Amino acid sequence: MDHLLSWIIWLPVIGMGVIAFIPRDKSSLIKQAAALVSGIQLLLAIYLWSVFDASNGNLQFMERAEWIPSFNITYILGVDGLSLPMVFLMALIGFIGIFVSWNITNAVKGYFSLFLLLNTGVMGVFLALDFFLFYIFWEVMLLPMYFLIGMWGGPQREYAAIKFFLYTLAGSVLMLIAILALYFTCGNTFDMLLLMERAPVALDGMLWWGMSAIKVIWVLLFIGFAIKVPVFPFHTWLPLAHVEAPTAISVILAGVLLKLGVYGMLRINYTMLPDGVFWFAGALAVLGLINVIWGAMCALAQKDLKKLVAYSSVNHMGYTLLGMAAVIAASEMNGSNLISAQAGVGGAVFQMFNHGTISAMLFILVGVIYDRAHHRDIEGFGGLATQMPIYTAFVAIAFFAGLGLPGFSGFVSEAMIFIGAFPVFRTVVIISTLGILLNAAYFLWAFQRMFFGPANEKYNEIPEINRREVLTLLPLAIITLILGVYPRPFLDLIASTLNVLIESVVMYGGLAQGF
Amino acid sequence: MSNLNSLAFFWPELLLSVTILVAIIADLIYVKKDSFKVAFWSLGGMFLTYIAIRIQSVEPTSLFMDTVAHDPFSQFFKILILISTAVVMLMSLVSAELKKYRIGEYFTIMTIMTFGLFLMSSSIDILMVYLSIEIVSIMSFFLAGYLKRNSLSNEASLKYVIYGAFSSGIMLYGLSILFGLTGTTKFFEMQKAISMLGPDSNVALILSAVFILVGFGYKISAVPFHFWTPDVYEGSPATITAYLSIAPKAAGFALMLRFFNQVFGTMPENASASWSAINGLPWPELIAVLSAATMTLGNLVAIQQSSVKRMLAYSSIAHAGYMMMALPMMSNSSIEGIMMYLTMYLFMNLGAFFVVIYVNDQIGGEEFSSFDGLGWKMPYVAIPMTLFMVALTGLPPTAGFVGKFYIFAAVIESGSKFYWLAFVGAINSVISLYYYIRVVKHMYLLGERSDEFINPSSKLVLGILLVLAVPSFVLGWYFSPVAEWISKSTVMFQGL
Repeated sequence: MDHLLSWIIWLPVIGMGVIAFIPRDKSSLIKQAAALVSGIQLLLAIYLWSVFDASNGNLQFMERAEWIPSFNITYILGVDGLSLPMVFLMALIGFIGIFVSWNITNAVKGYFSLFLLLNTGVMGVFLALDFFLFYIFWEVMLLPMYFLIGMWGGPQREYAAIKFFLYTLAGSVLMLIAILALYFTCGNTFDMLLLMERAPVALDGMLWWGMSAIKVIWVLLFIGFAIKVPVFPFHTWLPLAHVEAPTAISVILAGVLLKLGVYGMLRINYTMLPDGVFWFAGALAVLGLINVIWGAMCALAQKDLKKLVAYSSVNHMGYTLLGMAAVIAASEMNGSNLISAQAGVGGAVFQMFNHGTISAMLFILVGVIYDRAHHRDIEGFGGLATQMPIYTAFVAIAFFAGLGLPGFSGFVSEAMIFIGAFPVFRTVVIISTLGILLNAAYFLWAFQRMFFGPANEKYNEIPEINRREVLTLLPLAIITLILGVYPRPFLDLIASTLNVLIESVVMYGGLAQGF
Repeated sequence: MSNLNSLAFFWPELLLSVTILVAIIADLIYVKKDSFKVAFWSLGGMFLTYIAIRIQSVEPTSLFMDTVAHDPFSQFFKILILISTAVVMLMSLVSAELKKYRIGEYFTIMTIMTFGLFLMSSSIDILMVYLSIEIVSIMSFFLAGYLKRNSLSNEASLKYVIYGAFSSGIMLYGLSILFGLTGTTKFFEMQKAISMLGPDSNVALILSAVFILVGFGYKISAVPFHFWTPDVYEGSPATITAYLSIAPKAAGFALMLRFFNQVFGTMPENASASWSAINGLPWPELIAVLSAATMTLGNLVAIQQSSVKRMLAYSSIAHAGYMMMALPMMSNSSIEGIMMYLTMYLFMNLGAFFVVIYVNDQIGGEEFSSFDGLGWKMPYVAIPMTLFMVALTGLPPTAGFVGKFYIFAAVIESGSKFYWLAFVGAINSVISLYYYIRVVKHMYLLGERSDEFINPSSKLVLGILLVLAVPSFVLGWYFSPVAEWISKSTVMFQGL
């Protein structure tokens, strides 16, 4: 199939066009159209997975077209083991998200149009291989997100939406400067593949204002991506945006959008600035640790269930950072420990995927109870296990997956990260295992307060989770369970790509010391 | 070229002069309620002028004994000026505040101003510079005070006159010092004379350069010569505010680029000059600091406004600051950057002003709160307005992003010396998001959702919105044709 990646990216925009012609009072038709488009996209993503050659670590299904020749801007797409899981995740969660938002009644047409536009933006970021194109998709996401939070969100939605917008834009303008600096120092190109070759050489030894150019660009890009992840000092937009956003948008936000930051670091910082990786790895590990502990502590203090889940994202993304930092284990001065590096980075990518499925489940479950009780106060429930047994079972699965119980996919990725990072960041790893404990504490404590103990009379008549909601949760739960006991297919998929990545980081990054 | 031979190259301006005469005569014939028809005569004349420019040769040359340049650079700005004048004339036909007055001479004056702007973008002689600036200024004073029964409009006009007279006086003083030093009024002879000046005349040279900068700074409303802008912009008819924020600014930048390139720059073959002609003053740094101050002040004050029109006035100061970012580099790509920014800014800023005018006519009020719930009441206005606001912020995939991208590229290309300026510009874009998105917030997020639907008052309204919104969006991701046109248009007449 020709132009498979383009189809995956632009299909939602076609869907938007179709929805534009449906009269605004036919809301169920609009929903069906959106579901159909997302469904086809998911099928295409599955097809892509099936024809993808996992043994090849390079980019596949490349598409290339002239776009703006005067600035050497090209339309380049491609997929490898790093982006494929993310594309699949977006397609899956985008499809599920349509059904999660099935009971939206206000301005249905606008909602689903923006939802599809968001989908295109995210897919584009994962598949773009031209830096200009990447940046455009990166920014295209912002406006739909602003509207989706601001128009369909909770009571503080305007504040949450603008805060999200300002934070992300601040990050991305810094990124724009870094992109242009790379463009002009590396022979006028936005082609990421060329930049990967040229940047490590071109920037070597270059000084700006007495600082190494590599460090400057690294930090600019890092801030841009860190705001998205979000890494500790930049995380304050996240709990607010999560709490105020409608359920499906929280699901997309936690499930996919947070991954964009980590993906960007691996795709861009790691390949173009390998020297910077060695310089920054220690800080990255410490930031990861702070995320883990800080997120867990904050989650422990929350009374609002959605806020708890939001902080659990901060906590979980911390592990990814720690795993990414482990890449330096493969360098010569760290004993060429390739296995550690593979485990660490592989664990990080796996953790991204797992957090995508698990946090999506968590947010859907929060949405389910909120739709019925119209509040999310953990203390306001009690003994729900007797009132909503099926719901309780699903929450149990999601919570246990979230706290990293063996048998669920989260355990595998966290274990890989710890194994990978241990040889290089011993103390950090030891302290961050404390995070696992806290992690279990906040989930179990919340579970106990909500589902056990004396039943709250008020909710005796509360309706059980319905079939639509179960169907949105089921695929995610199945994936979590299967990958928990048999993670091999996923790890095989990403292995060759990550080996190429690790090799390139070590090859360049090992050379220059004290640049 | 002698005067008589020059006329053959002066077709666009001659056609414009004929248009002015026809407009004056037409205005005498029409009764008051028909006086708007003068606009059609003006528009027709300007269309012919446009064709005349397009079929002219692009070979750079000078006319009227080296006082006016004929080159792709000036042709580019002339076309920009024509487009903005034509759009503003169409907007004026819709605007309700002008309907109370006899409007024929309004269009005539606008056409005269266009003529002045044409000369401004092509003059290469300081007498012509002054003359063209005065034509434009005096016409602007008239237009700013056109609502003669409105005291704010009168105040705007008077303030404009006082500031304008003061700054052009200072500029004239600077020009006369320059004449005294060099003994000529022509750009190229001046440049040669300056390069032969001894070090003892350096103080006088710096003084004259600074004084001339005051005049230019006033025209493009750069800090600290911006004080007239908010009051004049608020008091003037909104159509004229829109016009003042584009056309004189474009011509001002054209004049500034040409003057600094050709008089104070060490002019090599192509437009990549340096500032080395003036010793003793860190000229690029000075302009960079002015640029940073301009955009920061414009943005910080724009945040505090409660009127959308006044917010746009301050934000136009900020936009002048963004464009000035590219001035210190004096490279070919910085000229391209400014040209690209002006092209994109034309559509999005005129669009934003048009929406303000239209909302004021339909709902009454230029406050943010007048925009409440507009997304439901007038989606055909709210959607373009969202686009204009996003574009003015500079987010892709809109035209505003391309403009910013070109400016940032010019700054960063010049090396790490001005990276700090790029940072200031980037942070300012984020600040500007706050007040631009506030309009969107009022349109969509605030206000009761009602089923009330206000039909567009005429097809012309939709037409103007379409003409401005489509380029604001399409040029955001497909700007190759414009980029090519601009890269051909940086060619300036380089002297004899």
